[in-house]
Amino acid sequence: MRRLSREISRGSLHLTIIAICLVWLLPTLGLLVSSFRPKQAIATSGWWTTFKTPLQFTLENYWEVLFQEGLARSFFNSLAISIPSTAVTLFVAALAAYAFAWMKFPGRNVLFILTVGLLVIPLQITLIPVLKVLTAFHLTGSFPAVWLAHTAYGLPFAIFLLRNFFMNLPRDLFESAFLDGASHLTAFFHILMPLSVPSLAALAIFQFLWVWNDLLVALVYLGGSREVAPMTLAISNLVSSFGSEWHLLPAAAFLSMLLPLILFFALQQYFVKGILAGALKG
Amino acid sequence: MVRILSVVNKMTRKISLETYFYVLPALFFLFSFLLYPTLHTFYLSLLNQDSSSFVGLSNYLYLFTHRETFLVFRNSLLWLTLFTVTVVGMGLFLAVLSDRLPYEPVIKSVIFVPMAVSFTAAAVIWRFVYLYRPEGFLQIGLVNALLAYVGGSPIAWLVDLKVNNFALIAAGIWMWTGFGMVVISAGLKGIPNEVLEAARVDGAKEWQLFWHIILPMLGPVLVVVVLTLMINALKVFDLVYVMTFGNHDTDVIANRMFKEMFTFGNFGRASAIAVILFLSIVPVIILNIRRFRREERV
Repeated sequence: MRRLSREISRGSLHLTIIAICLVWLLPTLGLLVSSFRPKQAIATSGWWTTFKTPLQFTLENYWEVLFQEGLARSFFNSLAISIPSTAVTLFVAALAAYAFAWMKFPGRNVLFILTVGLLVIPLQITLIPVLKVLTAFHLTGSFPAVWLAHTAYGLPFAIFLLRNFFMNLPRDLFESAFLDGASHLTAFFHILMPLSVPSLAALAIFQFLWVWNDLLVALVYLGGSREVAPMTLAISNLVSSFGSEWHLLPAAAFLSMLLPLILFFALQQYFVKGILAGALKG
Repeated sequence: MVRILSVVNKMTRKISLETYFYVLPALFFLFSFLLYPTLHTFYLSLLNQDSSSFVGLSNYLYLFTHRETFLVFRNSLLWLTLFTVTVVGMGLFLAVLSDRLPYEPVIKSVIFVPMAVSFTAAAVIWRFVYLYRPEGFLQIGLVNALLAYVGGSPIAWLVDLKVNNFALIAAGIWMWTGFGMVVISAGLKGIPNEVLEAARVDGAKEWQLFWHIILPMLGPVLVVVVLTLMINALKVFDLVYVMTFGNHDTDVIANRMFKEMFTFGNFGRASAIAVILFLSIVPVIILNIRRFRREERV
């Protein structure tokens, strides 16, 4: 009798969990199915009806949104924004984190506490002054504006994360290198970098996705120009032009999710590592 | 050992100038894009819309005395509480329950996936989930179709003032629950098995185990999760911007700031909103610094 009730409760546990997982999957699944449906079908019936009638799948939405709406261009814009922003953030953060972890210099603690303080600063409070400065340098509406901004916004977290990783590297390694007369530059490139590949990878994925998924920074510093708009911006413009291009939204949204999803599934452990390191320490 | 240390010390002292090569690039970014702008925004919040004259605290006064802006704070407070509590609750629930299941990694992936996509894409996804057609028409949005299926009347989820904020928050919860689950689950794995086994041997029931051992031991992890979620609730922008643009009384702090800036061109008021957002996060900043200093001392 007892065993039976345990079996039942175990069964309801499975059911509950699976039901929740379904709820979590359905919205995305619906979007994916919708993106392949003909314009007419999207506007007149729910995506789940696709499976009842003879299957009518088309790639037309994708072609239209990629080449007529210019999302192909936005895809490359997103890359052109995300890759340099990630690379520069990583490099600048690694240099600083190395200094914070392995060098002694006056003001080190104060500067690092400042970095910790900036960890959760809402970037909204910087928007207007930064916009003014970027405008003064004629940078608004161009990639360098968002490269600089994203680097700055990503730095506190990046420095914090990398310093924690660097500090946990074995002390002897650095000491024996210095004894052999190695300079800091040598230590940085030949000891630190090779040993830190996993943590750098975790951070790179994190920063890349952060920049790729950003809307606010692009919206404020890039403005309305289509030439430089990343995917998020292009999609939000599509949304506001609701009506005629409405059937293109699922395809557009799915295209913007493609790279993050691939990265996520291919490098899940790094991604989770970054989240945990950030959350549990920061 | 002493000799090694003295050599290291000499090394580190000798290159104190070199040090700045490592820190200066970072400092340049932190000062010019974070620190200086923050201070400048405080100053701008005391000026009028085009920053041409000093107006004291009147921007703040305006924000707290008008219905439209008052609603903004009400909504952000709603996000702050409802979003945070639900995500932590769901995260805890899923982490604890799936901990005993063989397919836990699959569950984690499924719940966590929304974290990888942009708020913009999530907003599009949920706009389609919430699609509304007037009663009598075929419902093509998932939620209203289900409602129609069980015989209810359709709801304009993003327009109806009674439900639209909750509908937006639900989308936020969908995105962030994975974060709560993954972090809490990592904390759960950190609880030594012997402790749980010992309690079981002493005859503790599973729910007693949960209340008296698991929950207290998860304390520090839960604090971090709650703080992270609260900050993100206060900063929420993209979801609201893309789903409703803050129309129909769904505006939140970050979106309103954007509107004041670009739609109304009022830099004074936009800055005041940003300052309020900043001030509401200051306690977390202080907490972070305190915790960091404590950890470093150990």
